[in-house]
Amino acid sequence: MKQLVLSALVLVTAAALGPLAKDRPAGNVTGTVKFTGTPPANPKIDMSEEAACAGSSTTDPVVTVTGGNLANVLVYVKGGLPAGQAATAPTTPTVLDQSGCLYHPRTLAVMVKQPLEIRNSDAVLHNIKAVPKKNRGFNISQPVKGMKTTRSFTAAELAIPLQCSVHGWMHANLAVLDHPYFAVTGADGSFTLAGLPAGTYEVEAWHEKLGTQTMSVTVPAAGAASANFTFSAK
Amino acid sequence: MDWMLPPAFSTFAPGIDRIYYVILVLTAVAFVIVEAGLLWFAIQYRARPGRKAHYTHGNVTAEIVWTAVPAVTVVILGIMSAPVWNRIKGRDSVPPDAVPVGVRGQQFEWQVTYPGADGQLGSDDDFTVRNQLHVVVNRPTVVRLTAEDVIHSFFVPAFRLKQDAVPGMEINVWFEPTQTGRYELACAELCGLGHYRMRAFVDVHTEEDYQRWLAEQTSNAAQ
Amino acid sequence: MATTAAPFDQATHHAHVDDRSFLRKYLFSTDHKIIGIQFLLMSLLFLALGGTLAMVMRWQLGYPGQAMPGGGILPETMAPGGILLPEFYIALVTMHGTFMVFFAIMPLLVGVFANFLIPLKIGAPDMAFPRINMASFWIAVPAGILMLAGFFVEGGHAGAGWTAYAPLSALPEMTGVSWGQQLWCLSLVILGLSSILGSMNYIATIINMRAPGMTWFRLPLSIWALFITSILVLLAIPILSGAAIMLLFDQVIGTHFFLPAEGGQPLLWQHLFWFFGHPEVYILILPAMGFVSDIIANGSRKPIFGYHSMVFAIIGIGFLGWVVWGHHMFQSGMNPTLGMTFMISTMFIAVPSAIKTFNWMGTMWRGSIQFHVPMLHAIAFVAMFVIGGLSGVFMAATPVDIYIHDTYFIVAHIHYVLFGGSLFALFGAITFWYPKMFGRLMNPFWGKVHFALTFVFYNLVFWPMHELGLKGHMRRIYDPSQYEFLQPLQPMNTFITVSAFLLFAVQIIFALNFILSWFFGAKAGRNPWNDTGLEWSTPSPAPHGNFERTPTVYHAPYEFSHPQVTEDFLPQDRQLEGQSRPAAAPAGH
Repeated sequence: MKQLVLSALVLVTAAALGPLAKDRPAGNVTGTVKFTGTPPANPKIDMSEEAACAGSSTTDPVVTVTGGNLANVLVYVKGGLPAGQAATAPTTPTVLDQSGCLYHPRTLAVMVKQPLEIRNSDAVLHNIKAVPKKNRGFNISQPVKGMKTTRSFTAAELAIPLQCSVHGWMHANLAVLDHPYFAVTGADGSFTLAGLPAGTYEVEAWHEKLGTQTMSVTVPAAGAASANFTFSAK
Repeated sequence: MDWMLPPAFSTFAPGIDRIYYVILVLTAVAFVIVEAGLLWFAIQYRARPGRKAHYTHGNVTAEIVWTAVPAVTVVILGIMSAPVWNRIKGRDSVPPDAVPVGVRGQQFEWQVTYPGADGQLGSDDDFTVRNQLHVVVNRPTVVRLTAEDVIHSFFVPAFRLKQDAVPGMEINVWFEPTQTGRYELACAELCGLGHYRMRAFVDVHTEEDYQRWLAEQTSNAAQ
Repeated sequence: MATTAAPFDQATHHAHVDDRSFLRKYLFSTDHKIIGIQFLLMSLLFLALGGTLAMVMRWQLGYPGQAMPGGGILPETMAPGGILLPEFYIALVTMHGTFMVFFAIMPLLVGVFANFLIPLKIGAPDMAFPRINMASFWIAVPAGILMLAGFFVEGGHAGAGWTAYAPLSALPEMTGVSWGQQLWCLSLVILGLSSILGSMNYIATIINMRAPGMTWFRLPLSIWALFITSILVLLAIPILSGAAIMLLFDQVIGTHFFLPAEGGQPLLWQHLFWFFGHPEVYILILPAMGFVSDIIANGSRKPIFGYHSMVFAIIGIGFLGWVVWGHHMFQSGMNPTLGMTFMISTMFIAVPSAIKTFNWMGTMWRGSIQFHVPMLHAIAFVAMFVIGGLSGVFMAATPVDIYIHDTYFIVAHIHYVLFGGSLFALFGAITFWYPKMFGRLMNPFWGKVHFALTFVFYNLVFWPMHELGLKGHMRRIYDPSQYEFLQPLQPMNTFITVSAFLLFAVQIIFALNFILSWFFGAKAGRNPWNDTGLEWSTPSPAPHGNFERTPTVYHAPYEFSHPQVTEDFLPQDRQLEGQSRPAAAPAGH
């Protein structure tokens, strides 16, 4: 009888503790996104009629390759996450800056309900027009340098276009994800998806012009997995 | 209070300004008659002891006069205005040799498309410039005006020129500038939050300067 | 009021003691006078609100980009740090126009005075349909609430101007406004229902319930004006309602009436809106002209000069108002030939207004003028309205309109006719009929102070706008300093702003005079202005049921200084020696 109760207790405890993912050792997926070949020419921008930004840039940095590394690629876990896991959004905002009449970064991601802080670092009017399909859109202005506006989103959605109507060349791409396993590459093309429980996942790399690539990655318990993507001009 | 119009530099301006000044004189006369009349009557016919008002219900002759005079006046103004209007806006009034330029209004910029060396809009050598309309002095230009998203209005105060740009319509707006220089182009129809800054420039060149600019643009495009 | 199969017999309905509950007497009243006062209080609140919005706009225009004092109370979505955002400025522009046109001036002219004056001035105990009359007010209230709600929704209030041109108004992603524009449409449709019910009532009452002897050509001009105005309302408002519903559908259910991408026509909105909108502006001026006629005759102690011409001028304006709408669209891209036809009709509509102006002057000519407060406002109406009318001639000339369309020249014109015209007339009318509404007189000294200061500051605000327009200053511009050609005009904008603040501050005098006189004003007798209208034979305030006995009308409406009487006025219902009673037939014959 005592043994039965003890075993039952152990079983119950194990069952209770089992699903706690945070007690499971977590792993990372790291990698680099590269580009081979000659990158396509970026479109020209004529800022000459905007005195506050004239001279900032003459091309729109759609495809940015530095030493073979591709920037502004969104890498995220597309499939394989255990169902029913609700992750809480961080309260620190992700920042989108308007500077030199361009969005920095041009590709970015937030979690559902995580604040997106939009800053105007230019002494000129910018408006931010967001046209999502699953979320509520908005179109708001920031006429003064230093203004900050915060918005958040309620549904996961990829490739939400953000645009300035005053400067029609300004584009950014926003992804809203319902989990924290995503990163956007910088100039060095590198990314890390941290804190992933052991398992096999489908990881996708998304670029606004060069398209998407997917690969399957297995993360060992408390270990690291690597995944590298290579894009090329089509 | 300055009732004078600012200087203007297109062939349309003299016709428009003449009608304006005629109306100014006529309305000034009416204004003085009414305002001075009211003031005079108020003073002259204020209530004073021992004075009674004059009991009358009106005067038919007066009614006829002050019906006929305004009616004739406005008919004359209409007759004066019609040919000027027709010359500027008439669909058949665009000079056949006018140089075409495409102007597309969109929130909140003016995209100006030039026909390039072949002089044809819609061909492969067209190129587009943001917020700059380059034309030649003393030569008619016809703007093929379109709008991308909402109604805008193409307004060049220095040419006395205004035309709404309507999505779904292509409207011909012709003009002939009479002096070189740089003139402002404003949007004159509320089009959203950036309406107040939908500003562009019209650069009126001599023929040589225009060719020089054109060559610069086409060589830039080729790079 | 019992409804029976027999024709309405006025002799049996007369003033009596009102013994209903407070709720039935003052809140859900079917008494046209109470309903008129309800509209008065609601409209004055919206007038104050519309004026406040204008002050915020003027701050931005006078001091572009600077933080507004007290602006800190506004949320970040409107004015972060007190600096107005462009989209909030546009919402202010939109709502200033919307509140002033639909919730202030129109209900003040029609909802208040059609309701209050018509039965009194024609000798009837109440409107033809008193319960529908009550409904008309209580339908306007939710419309007002919906229109106010737009400030509190996500995306802010409607942002396409009070004229709501499509596609801008139909596309939330272009304005950043979704709920606000939808509330705007919905509110106007509901308000339209209120207007239609009201005007139907006014027309039925005037046609059917005139006292014996009150023939058509003995009606005071205020009643003629309200009659023609009511016909305009009945015919024009449904068009706005239809257009607003179409716009709402384009916004929310995917129709494309005004969206060209799927075959719709942006210009269709403009045609529909202005086909309503032009009669609407005559709705906004005709009653004012009627009140001014009553008051000028009274103040001059003379009959109105050219009464019949005045009636035909009102009818002429009402009729011609239907065929001029295209003058709002000269530059719209519509066929230029229409520019010529609409120019002709627009030029002609100047004529009846000229006739009226000269007839008002003729009334003052050789009069014995008393400058009581209503008379001051009425004379100012003539002086200001003529400026607004003359500026209209510039716009009617299509070539000149090419230059001045969508500039402050138009803004000057609008405000000279709506403020210099209608609002001055309203100040005069409210002061004139206040004793009949409340049984007390407004203080005349403060009335004159308010008049003088308002007149001065008003002209300092709006006269310079003619010059701004002539220099090319566009409308609805958040920051004119962005344009080199407008920068020299900034001092004038600042001057206008300061004058506007002073103009607004001075209205406190009127507000205090209105409120305090209600409780502390000198008690008024039946006829404090020695006027000839039927309403002045009733006690002040007029009782429920209006007349102790149905009046009988013997005279034309403005028999001042009549040679057969010693007083300088002859009330319409005073029987002179040797005059026989008209045949006791019910009104309508």
